[in-house]
Amino acid sequence: MSDGSPAIEIERLRCAYDGAAVLEDVTLAIRQGAFVGIVGPSGAGKTTLLRALLGAMPRQVGSIRIFGEEVANGHVPRLGYVPQLETVDWNFPVTVREVVAMGLAVEGRLFSLPWLTRTHRQRVQTLLDRLGIGDLGHRHIRDLSGGQQQRVFLARALVREPRLLLLDEPTTGVDIKTRHDVLHLLAELNHEGTTVVLTTHDLNSVAAHLPQVVCLNRRVVAFGSPASVFTPSVLQATYGAEMVVLRQGDLTVIADKLGVFRDITDQHSHPEGADHRHAAIPIETR
Amino acid sequence: MLSFLLDPFHYDFFVRGLVVATVAGGLCGMVGTFIVMRRMSYIGHGLSHSVFGGAVVSYVMGWNFYLGAGLWGFISALLISWTARRRQIGADAAIGIVTTASFAIGVAIISKARRFTKNFDAALFGNILGVQPEDVFVVLGVTVLVAIVIFFAYKQLLFMTFDREVAPLYGIPDRWMDTLLSLILAATVIASMQILGVTMIAAIIVVPAVTARLLTDSFAHLLFMATAIGTLCGLVGMLLAYYLDVAPGATIVLTAASIFMLTLTATSARKRLQTERARGRSVIESAGSGSFERR
Repeated sequence: MSDGSPAIEIERLRCAYDGAAVLEDVTLAIRQGAFVGIVGPSGAGKTTLLRALLGAMPRQVGSIRIFGEEVANGHVPRLGYVPQLETVDWNFPVTVREVVAMGLAVEGRLFSLPWLTRTHRQRVQTLLDRLGIGDLGHRHIRDLSGGQQQRVFLARALVREPRLLLLDEPTTGVDIKTRHDVLHLLAELNHEGTTVVLTTHDLNSVAAHLPQVVCLNRRVVAFGSPASVFTPSVLQATYGAEMVVLRQGDLTVIADKLGVFRDITDQHSHPEGADHRHAAIPIETR
Repeated sequence: MLSFLLDPFHYDFFVRGLVVATVAGGLCGMVGTFIVMRRMSYIGHGLSHSVFGGAVVSYVMGWNFYLGAGLWGFISALLISWTARRRQIGADAAIGIVTTASFAIGVAIISKARRFTKNFDAALFGNILGVQPEDVFVVLGVTVLVAIVIFFAYKQLLFMTFDREVAPLYGIPDRWMDTLLSLILAATVIASMQILGVTMIAAIIVVPAVTARLLTDSFAHLLFMATAIGTLCGLVGMLLAYYLDVAPGATIVLTAASIFMLTLTATSARKRLQTERARGRSVIESAGSGSFERR
């Protein structure tokens, strides 16, 4: 599965929007077959890092290699990318199958026939079946549950048969069951050899369960297993706020020191824990 | 009665007008699918006004209409697509500046010259009499060309229309596709202008796609339906224009608006019926299971 050579090698990467640096001096190596979560506060550059990996960040300094191949500006490596679901226009007239087929839009040619070839059609159907949405191909994307919607966009990424899968906040705005389903599915894909990198701002119920975590705040603050990375000092450096780390066996719970009290008093106004830095009391074991 | 209906077909100008209106209607419907779903309707509206300036200038200078207005239209389209990308101005404001200035140039020249009010009307509202044999070839040529481009770039255009942010991350050449769509739109406006009129084109680009949207959730079906609805509007509207002696741009738009209203009424009624039926079923089921609805 993994021969140990890196899937992603980033060296001294600097990305800026209108002169203001979003990422600075980022150096990171992720091995093949890894399953990595990128965490950090809003504006830490999580999405920018994903875009840089996709060759979509103009004006960058440093180098990025994916499976040993240099990513130049404008050169898009063949990866699977799943955007945040919030950015999707759910009223747009497309069916599930039409969305998944978009993943095959560019197969090395600028112009192609408007319909799918027989092999592509089969590939789409096999994938939908595998993801448990095989009989929803003709449905409109709005007429699906949150978990099914996430699977559709996952299928669009997977239909390209990528070795590296990037997901931007795949667990944001979905219910607990969907979150479990998505993480389970990603773990399964990872087990089959796909390298998976996702961003999340959910420390307790997502990041703490992943094999590896990158703490990002414009720079890489720490990279390693959650047990080694989630320490009060690292979290303080990443989020700029004091946090408490509670451990019991395999279970790690991170709480904002102030937030512990605020959550109790604010429980009626913010039942879901609107601020991600506050622990949402996630009593889950691995 | 029959002779009254068939009479117009003896006139070459009418047959030409009918062909141009029908084909232009279909062309506008087809292109409109991408324009409406990309939320670029305002650009269509602006571009048609912009082309008016070019049409007037080419008339005054004695240039060929398609050469003058065509060049002007393509340049405006590229300017619009370029300004629309700049975030700090706001695309709608930027487009307003480009297109209204261009339209104003046309109006200024006309009010200075005061010679061709008839052509002025034709350019604004469309005219049956003005259709020349070359217009038929132009509209047919543009339609075939646009259809070929959409055929081969369909997947890319669909992805760009659906999600402009993510499409380039999947390797779609977004700037090329933007430019391509702008040029397609400009060609559509120029080819349809003579028969539909500047002020009416935007509606014929928008209404078929919006109507078809009420009928389907699939983009491919939408594209076919919008083309068909546009074609129908062109045909019926042109016949009405002759029998009622009204500017064709107006009758075509009114036909499109009527089809839209009919579709809206029919689909709303169907939806209401479905929800009522579903509610009825759930009442029966709950009654069957022995529970009662509290009133």
